[in-house]
Amino acid sequence: MATFGRLQTAPTPQDPRLQPWVEKYRPKTIDEVSSQDNTVAVLRKSLASTNLPHMLFYGPPGTGKTSTILALARQLFGPDLFRSRVLELNASDERGIKVVREKIKTFARETPRNAGVSSDGKTYPCPPYKLIILDEADSMTQDAQSALRRIMETYSRITRFCLVCNYVTRIIEPLASRCSKFRFRPLAQGSSQARIQMIADSEGVQADPGVLDLILQLANGDLRKAITYLQTAQRLHTAGDSPTPISVMSIHEISGVVPTNVVDGLLRSLGVEPGGGINTALATGFDGVRAEVRRVGREGWSAGQVLEQLHDALLPLATIPTIPKANAAIAIAECDKALCEGGDEELQLLECCLRIKEALGKA
Amino acid sequence: MSLWVDKYRPRSLDDCHYHPELSSRLKSLAASGDFPHILFYGPSGAGKKTRIMATLRELYGPGVEKLRIDQRVFVTPSNRKLDVNVVQSNFHIELTPSDVGMYDRVVIQDILKEIAQTQQVDLNAKQKFKVVIINEADSLTRDAQAALRRTMEKYMTNMRLIMCANSTSKIIAPIRSRCLLVRVSAPSDEEMATVLTHVAKKERFHLPATASESIIEASDGNLRKALLVFEAMKMQRPDLEGDIDVARPDWETYCAKVADMILQEQSASRLLEVRAKIYELLSHCIPAHVVLKTIADRIVDKVDDELKASVVHYAAHYELRMRQGSKKIFHIEAFVAKIMSVVKQYALMGMTEDWE
Ligand SMILES: Nc1ncnc2c1ncn2[C@@H]1O[C@H](COP(=O)(O)OP(=O)(O)OP(=O)(O)O)[C@@H](O)[C@H]1O
Ligand SMILES: [Mg+2]
Repeated sequence: MATFGRLQTAPTPQDPRLQPWVEKYRPKTIDEVSSQDNTVAVLRKSLASTNLPHMLFYGPPGTGKTSTILALARQLFGPDLFRSRVLELNASDERGIKVVREKIKTFARETPRNAGVSSDGKTYPCPPYKLIILDEADSMTQDAQSALRRIMETYSRITRFCLVCNYVTRIIEPLASRCSKFRFRPLAQGSSQARIQMIADSEGVQADPGVLDLILQLANGDLRKAITYLQTAQRLHTAGDSPTPISVMSIHEISGVVPTNVVDGLLRSLGVEPGGGINTALATGFDGVRAEVRRVGREGWSAGQVLEQLHDALLPLATIPTIPKANAAIAIAECDKALCEGGDEELQLLECCLRIKEALGKA
Repeated sequence: MSLWVDKYRPRSLDDCHYHPELSSRLKSLAASGDFPHILFYGPSGAGKKTRIMATLRELYGPGVEKLRIDQRVFVTPSNRKLDVNVVQSNFHIELTPSDVGMYDRVVIQDILKEIAQTQQVDLNAKQKFKVVIINEADSLTRDAQAALRRTMEKYMTNMRLIMCANSTSKIIAPIRSRCLLVRVSAPSDEEMATVLTHVAKKERFHLPATASESIIEASDGNLRKALLVFEAMKMQRPDLEGDIDVARPDWETYCAKVADMILQEQSASRLLEVRAKIYELLSHCIPAHVVLKTIADRIVDKVDDELKASVVHYAAHYELRMRQGSKKIFHIEAFVAKIMSVVKQYALMGMTEDWE
């Protein structure tokens, strides 16, 4: 490691021009968090009364969980006390329960006192407890979680816990029941519009009409993804000497959504007229289906994504009778599970397509 | 002397032969300074690694090509010592976590922490951050993937991840949310032909169209395979003229033979013979899922249309089982037995089984 030295001080603040927008526009206060109105309303109250329960935040990626708790912590304690009052542990830290217990014990040992005016001239509530954030708590083992239960009780006078996770079902019940639960929903298109528009404006983004809507639609409720799309597109369109407005085309390309012609080709080989209904005249034999599946693989589309779009294209078709449609849905669901468990992409997708074709052929 | 695959690997994005839009996209990302975490995905041999290295060169200049290999020791929580080889330059470090199997989390965690807490002190470095390349990211355990989540956000000032995978299906959603996904599709047949012609020109000989076609035909969009086949062919038949058969690898021929054995006779004794052959293949380090898939492919091609879907169904079924279980041979054997039964039933009574 000849050219690397250990970093002694905190990282130097980065040149904001070089900062990824997801970090640059991470909400600084809970009021900046869009689209999670209920949660924010409750938290605002507890900020006023400075009485915080133990909390459990859960919801899909990129919906503001980490941002919210960090913002709340900052508003509670201010910049001076943040380090001494807030402990953030996450899945990448060693989280054997012994380690957690030791860390928490040391951290909680000193009873916090109220503090006065902070160095930035503002007054912060600074309630007399410490805040422990366990981000990504769903990857803690069951044992660690049960041990945590005791720890929470032992130190409840001087600490508050906030567990953050994607999958609430992976948190054991006795732990979950000790917390106020806050569900973070996928961001509704309407309410995240304002945020993405604000970012676009402050970065001077030029975009064709419909681009921002498309970004939000393709990001599917994940604002982090939406912001990454926006920034990437902006880079591509301002790289040369003559910047061009962001086009709908480039958003499609960046998002990795499988183009309609690929999905349609697959549908036809299964005997489905895209947007229409069953038309067995279109169905190709085994070789035709296999050729389509191989083409998908060769072009690098991920089977999971193809499956999702196949599902979205098939299920709304009103002309497909219920039973064949249900059988097709079952085939898709089983294939999805197999893919998650590590099955071979080509084999699984081919098998699924053959099953769908068979099911629809019986209609 | 290096193989053609290495010798003619494009070094910069400008030299890459196909997907020019992709190259220009990567170039503008590299130029912007606010480079995101990236997940490259696409089929094998499509050129993911080449693009990654070319992108690094775009980011840091030729210095990234000065590689060294270090042997590093990691200690698991249960105090086992793991020796891992890491390839690195002054600007990046490359890991193949599947080398350490179920302990990948420890390795990832240690390396990322170390990189994240150090800063470029090479004042001439063009970027403030260092890059960590993770090969075969789709074989990372869930645990290891979970460990990446917050680290990717927290240490973004000093570190960027570039992951390389065949597909995004096995990457958990929170990781996908944190990366820009970049798809590298396999080159089309014409694009492959251009590359082959280019290599021939550099090597100063003429590549006849028939030879080019049969190489492309045999390599299924896998450019690495195409170049290897090409070089082997040139050694055997320097003139490359006339009707040449592309030599299939031995194991492929062997799998085809196994498939034929299954179709010729369905009996317990035949199953035993097949088993011996499969052992032979596995002991030559042909991956079990490749064996199963290749046999299944051949069978599909040979059986009547009525049976094809069943064969695919059972291949998919047992391939998955094989991934979940631990003794690979059991599942290949189960597949063989099942196919024998399906084939026999069909031959005896013209019946196809309803497997749904
Ligand atoms: N509700 C929101 N309001 C404003 N910005 C948001 C919101 N949700 C996400 N973002 C943006 O997305 C980025 C990531 O959000 P955050 O880290 O809070 O997600 P998360 O819910 O913790 O996701 P994960 O489950 O993947 O950890 C933030 O930096 C911010 O820019
Ligand atoms: Mg988070």
